[in-house]
Amino acid sequence: MTTLKAIYALYPDPDSAQRAVDALRDSGARLGVKADNIAIVSSEPFEEHAFGHGVEPRDHKSFMPWLAALGGALGGLTGYALAVLTQRAYPLPTGGMPIAPLWTNGIITYEMTMLGAILTTLVTLLITTRLPNVRRKLYDPAVSDGKILVGVLDPLEQSRAELDKALRDAAPGAVIKAV
Amino acid sequence: MKSVDQINHDLLRPVVHTSGRFWLVFVILGSVVLAAVGAFAYQFWEGIGVWGINRPVFWAFAITNFVFWIGISHAGTLISAILRLANATWRRPVTRCAEVITVFALMIGGMFPIIHLGRPWLFFWLVPYPSERQIWPQFRSPLAWDFFAIGTYLTGSIIFLLLPIIPDWALVRDKTSGWRHGLYRVVSLGWRGTPRQWHRLETAMHIMAVAIIPVAVSVHTIVSWDFAMAPVPMWHSTIFGPYFVAGAIFSGIAGLILAMAFLRKLLHLEEYLLPIHFDNLGKLLLMMSLLWFYFVFAERLTTWYGNEPAEMAVFWVTQRGSFAPLFWTMVFCNFLIPFPLLAISRIRRTITGVVIASSTVVVGMWLERFLIIVPSLSHKYLPYTYGHYRPTWVEITILVGTFAAIGLLYMLFAKFVPIISIWELKAGGHQKPAARAAEAVSARTSPMGAKELELRPES
Repeated sequence: MTTLKAIYALYPDPDSAQRAVDALRDSGARLGVKADNIAIVSSEPFEEHAFGHGVEPRDHKSFMPWLAALGGALGGLTGYALAVLTQRAYPLPTGGMPIAPLWTNGIITYEMTMLGAILTTLVTLLITTRLPNVRRKLYDPAVSDGKILVGVLDPLEQSRAELDKALRDAAPGAVIKAV
Repeated sequence: MKSVDQINHDLLRPVVHTSGRFWLVFVILGSVVLAAVGAFAYQFWEGIGVWGINRPVFWAFAITNFVFWIGISHAGTLISAILRLANATWRRPVTRCAEVITVFALMIGGMFPIIHLGRPWLFFWLVPYPSERQIWPQFRSPLAWDFFAIGTYLTGSIIFLLLPIIPDWALVRDKTSGWRHGLYRVVSLGWRGTPRQWHRLETAMHIMAVAIIPVAVSVHTIVSWDFAMAPVPMWHSTIFGPYFVAGAIFSGIAGLILAMAFLRKLLHLEEYLLPIHFDNLGKLLLMMSLLWFYFVFAERLTTWYGNEPAEMAVFWVTQRGSFAPLFWTMVFCNFLIPFPLLAISRIRRTITGVVIASSTVVVGMWLERFLIIVPSLSHKYLPYTYGHYRPTWVEITILVGTFAAIGLLYMLFAKFVPIISIWELKAGGHQKPAARAAEAVSARTSPMGAKELELRPES
């Protein structure tokens, strides 16, 4: 198992979590805290708070819709190819219909387009959220009680006291923990 | 005001605690399902000759059940997706209940064409793959379209259901110990709830909602084309696609209301599934009842006006012939009973009123599917080929078993997954100021808004 070093606080409300994140960002350069070392974990999305958008811009940017469209296009092409190649390989003449009619193959193409978009969305989600995650990550079961975890991964030893203070100042009475 | 702890406690209770009432209902439903399995085993052994189907009525109960359950499946994912995209705040306690119906109803519905094959062990011949027997799929057949449409819808609905469950499984993981903790640790996939994870999940749900709506519409349209592509009296109609979709949504909403009422009682969710949720769904049901009546009238009027002899034979046998009792029961169940119950707001605002209306709709919609299939097949173009159909005990037992099966699957699902999305319910507690203001207005004007505000966690 990988060792994890971190200092974190559990906040009862989003406003104090926001203050903690702001404090860590403001003093990040001085305390040697990089943006991607700030961890935020909550049991629900907080889109209306800045911290709910993550610390780095890439946390809130995603190519998922474009990838879904690409997956849809590939699915559609696959569906069309499946229908047409099968029909040509084993022609079934039926009542004056063309061997590979666009009308009916359009239905197969359509369904496979949607399936492609759906499956691509699923795969993109799993990859970008790094699920399933088997490695040990910063977490505290108190998050499930509604607490919001804000912490720093791999903090510098000489900064620990100041980080402790920054996290504590965000909400008097916040639970500070170190692992 | 409900605290986060209270919400966790109330909604995790059905997962971690099993009441005596649960076991009682489990045994009753399980017995009915076993009886249906027994009937199917008998049919499997003897062949479909034990059914009442004959020449020319080759499709009857099995295909009726197929169309009916595919229709019921439209409640869930479609309604949930529409409410998600519309950002309807009252959807939160309802969406998961709805999405579950889709998955189970599709599984049950999709089973019937396979049973109907007569030799269900050869069902894989439907799968489009080349083989040395040269039994290649006929892509111009509506039955091959069914395979693709139902496959896509089932896959999409399962993903649409499972994605928002992952954070709730993580919650169960944190709140349980022993084997449950181990189980939920695996199925929650290591979910933590970082901003990036939340953002990706919500983006994915949005894309899925956009994708699943046209798929849902296509599925029942394609089911309707199983009929409309055939030159059979009263089947070969351009109206069948939208008519089937409207009927599917109609029966689906009714099924959803019944399922919610069942769970509300069984799992003591009275504080979460509120009368206002039934009221809102009742309004949708009312609209669909009117739409259904419009489609039936439009279909019947054009047939009557066209006065084509073969179609008129089917028309009259349903209006005043041997199928008339079923036809008029259908009209009563789908319109004449639910319309007043749902139009009078004092009745609609009671759960009992909406449940009674939904029960009649479920019966009426099953009859509608039956009346689309059997009268047309038994009265084709040449009078000397007319036939009769009477179901046997095997078909009736299997039909009853499907209703018990969906109840049983629903109960088992609720034992494994919080049936109300906990994180979405909590997320309703901290919206943007504009959304809050809008909701405050709705709270003043409707009892539902007031109740929802009360449910919000303290912040």
